[in-house]
Amino acid sequence: MTAPRSAAPSAPPSARVNAPARQPAAARESAPLIAARGVCVRIEGRTVLRDVDLEIRPAEIVTILGPNGSGKTTLLRALIGALTPDAGEIRRSPDLRVGHVPQRLSLDRTMPLTVDRFLALSGARRAARQQALERVGIGGRAGAMMAALSGGQFQRALLAHALLRRPNLFVLDEPTQGLDQPGVAAFYRLIEDLRRETGAAVLMVSHDLHVVMSASDRVICLNGHVCCSGAPHVVARAPEYRALFGLGTQGALALYRHEHDHSHAHDGPAPAREEAPRE
Amino acid sequence: MSFLDDFMARAALAGIGLSLAAGPLGCLVVWRRMAYFGDAVSHAAVLGVALSLLSGAAPMAGVLVMALLMAALVAAGPERLLAMDAMLGVASHAALALGLVAVTLLEGVRVDLMGYLFGDILAVSRADLVAIWAASALAAAVLAARWRRMLLATLSEDLAAAEGVSPRVEKWWLALALALLTAAAIKVVGALLITALLIMPAAAARTLARSPETMALGAAAAGVAATLGGLRASWLWDAPAGPAVVTTAAAILALLGAARALLGRRAG
Repeated sequence: MTAPRSAAPSAPPSARVNAPARQPAAARESAPLIAARGVCVRIEGRTVLRDVDLEIRPAEIVTILGPNGSGKTTLLRALIGALTPDAGEIRRSPDLRVGHVPQRLSLDRTMPLTVDRFLALSGARRAARQQALERVGIGGRAGAMMAALSGGQFQRALLAHALLRRPNLFVLDEPTQGLDQPGVAAFYRLIEDLRRETGAAVLMVSHDLHVVMSASDRVICLNGHVCCSGAPHVVARAPEYRALFGLGTQGALALYRHEHDHSHAHDGPAPAREEAPRE
Repeated sequence: MSFLDDFMARAALAGIGLSLAAGPLGCLVVWRRMAYFGDAVSHAAVLGVALSLLSGAAPMAGVLVMALLMAALVAAGPERLLAMDAMLGVASHAALALGLVAVTLLEGVRVDLMGYLFGDILAVSRADLVAIWAASALAAAVLAARWRRMLLATLSEDLAAAEGVSPRVEKWWLALALALLTAAAIKVVGALLITALLIMPAAAARTLARSPETMALGAAAAGVAATLGGLRASWLWDAPAGPAVVTTAAAILALLGAARALLGRRAG
């Protein structure tokens, strides 16, 4: 398919940064909540995921980055059991409880649904539902229609539903799509607080690179397969990483460039080149 | 002399029993945008009638079998040959046409084809009444037992899967309920109007409802009102009863929709 670029031959082993992440030591030693090994997913004859290895350990925040069509959502779906991989295995800890925040709800105007009724679908009692709403900062919206919420409130309602599952793993699929910059920052602060309070791990797909740099313990770069993974600041600073992906600029930019300008010999369409940002 | 000796009373009871189950089921059909799926399953009913004529079984049994087969075929069928709506259109009309051909080709059998296409509610017997209520009650029981899971799978298949609910399993339960309702409805409104009885009361209830449950109950109530109003109109003007019921349902929907537009209530 795409020819290897001179600057980007197949990934040298040194580029697979696996630096110790900023997380409690106990978390690294305990059993993973989810462990994926050699996962392949084909959709309509196209290989979407190839040979993906991934572990999520208790209380860590892991972010998946990748261009559109890189299989991020497919990977999340495989991990939560919404689809079965064509090859490889996914092991889930017996006490795994997932609090899922989907990208959207197929909620059109035909279904009348209040926030409180939506939360009740989790099976939680009324007092717990009100408490969860207050925790995510929309305590006054219990009686509002889901369809009438603002983007930020809607995401918080989804998060409250996930919280009511009493999860040890939050899974969020691009949770800040459509939020403005302060809204994005506030949402991620909330996620970090919830992680601290509940001890739950967090696995999310994100495009918000600055937040990825500051809020994640570990970043996984995905493009049909795991290109690299590790602590974000280490990934960003690693010379091999820059040689591979970046053009000598700052880490966040390197990550950014990686997202869009990355092409070694893989299946799938060649990613479009993006203009370098102007000063 | 009993109340059930009156054919109008039997007709009304048949319509009421059907509507009570069709309301909640119709809401799910509307929420999940499954109207074409409902068409495919209900059109297969005509083929089911042919099957029962051939085998000597009761028409409702044949309809139930064919509706289930069609539901299975569509649910498991190749999704990528055509877009979903086009494929359902093919399945639905192929079943209808094939059913009409099969019924007509059965020699020596005199069939009131119109009755199976548009219902024959005024000819509902006591045995029909029992069968209609039994099938409707079963369909309603399936929905009641799976309600929370079905809502979750409707809102987001991923969310459902993450919470241990299989969207695929819920789809099968829904298909079963739809097949049961189709069997119950064949005598009341006929194969061609079943989808109307599912969708119109649900749409009418949407104008007032504030929760999925009130919409389901409201749809059941709207269906009962349409049944009674339609039968009354049929009596007064000697109109065919099944179409009169559906026309009344459409009128209820139009009235509620217009009232809401006039009052300027915002959706939800």
